[in-house]
Amino acid sequence: MNQNTTDAIKELLYKMADDLLIIGHRNSEWTGLGPILEEDISFSSMAQDKIGQAQALYVLLNELGEQEPDTVAFMRNANQFHNSQLVELPNGEYDFSLVRHFLFDHADQLRFEALANSSYEPLAKVARKVKGELKYHVFHGNTWFVKLGSANEESHNRMQAAFNEAWNYALGMFEPSKNEDLLIGEGIFEGEETLQEKWLANITPYIIKAGISIPSSETWKPVYGGRVGNHTIHLSPLVEEMSEVFRYDPTAEW
Amino acid sequence: MIKSLDPRITRAEINLENTIEPLRDLDQWETYEVFHQKKRGDQHMHVGIVHAPNAEMAFIFGKEQFGRRGLSVNIWVVKTRDVYVSDYEDSDIYETVPEKNYREAGGYKVMDKINKFKKGL
Repeated sequence: MNQNTTDAIKELLYKMADDLLIIGHRNSEWTGLGPILEEDISFSSMAQDKIGQAQALYVLLNELGEQEPDTVAFMRNANQFHNSQLVELPNGEYDFSLVRHFLFDHADQLRFEALANSSYEPLAKVARKVKGELKYHVFHGNTWFVKLGSANEESHNRMQAAFNEAWNYALGMFEPSKNEDLLIGEGIFEGEETLQEKWLANITPYIIKAGISIPSSETWKPVYGGRVGNHTIHLSPLVEEMSEVFRYDPTAEW
Repeated sequence: MIKSLDPRITRAEINLENTIEPLRDLDQWETYEVFHQKKRGDQHMHVGIVHAPNAEMAFIFGKEQFGRRGLSVNIWVVKTRDVYVSDYEDSDIYETVPEKNYREAGGYKVMDKINKFKKGL
């Protein structure tokens, strides 16, 4: 594999892994505070799945010459993360967390689905392995999203407000990379534009079912920057909190 | 406000002066009984109960409460109120007069025949 291809794969792995690590951490902040016990456990369990998926990708990065997974996850500063800004936003109320979960997980599932046929076999292998977890996550997201979107006036208004708030950030997940042509050309990944089209097609039926309206497309302003290390003020405190224990003694055996 | 070493607690901005009122009827979702199946063809076994507003939600909760360890291939959820429950006061209906060895397996004298058959092999 030549250097350009390796770099492109690394970039792809970093943005996926960082998305999963950061949303996994955000969602885990609900542990013990979820709306009801059963949901608390479900949401926390999915957050752990996401951290596990992130780890699997950091392992691939390690095999490509990057540092150990723990070091990569816990020793970087916020501006070295490649996650989309959507996943770093504070949890807000449960409506926002659910809407983000719904929007993110659909994209994540489609991304892994496409990668299951990637010419980069190690990543294809991981993608096939996480298929079941993602299916459940998306099913969970759909169920809550449709239920609360259409339950009563208060729940509908809250979901619509959260949806409007999340929308441009969600579009930011598909920030094009400088390596799009290479990744597509070498059959590694189908590219962000295709992914966004599929994502929109997939979420639309649930959005209609939930009675939520998508902002009209002339007003769309995707929030880019996360992929190249530009983040909101919210990421730095998250990274500090997440890595606090690890940084206290990076050599400790767990 | 509660200030805690756990940042999640502090973030929740829990007001100490809030008096907590007990939930009223219908403030809680009803319960569903969860059954899981370890492998296809096995009988479904009762594993626990979840609160949920509908069967679909009961499934997503049941899956994660009881099926997250990779031990299930299938889940049933049933509304608790749809389950007919016998009364413990009637537990005596399960008692039976013991002197009926003619209907217990021990009542059959077949070991001789079995041993004979085995020897014949």
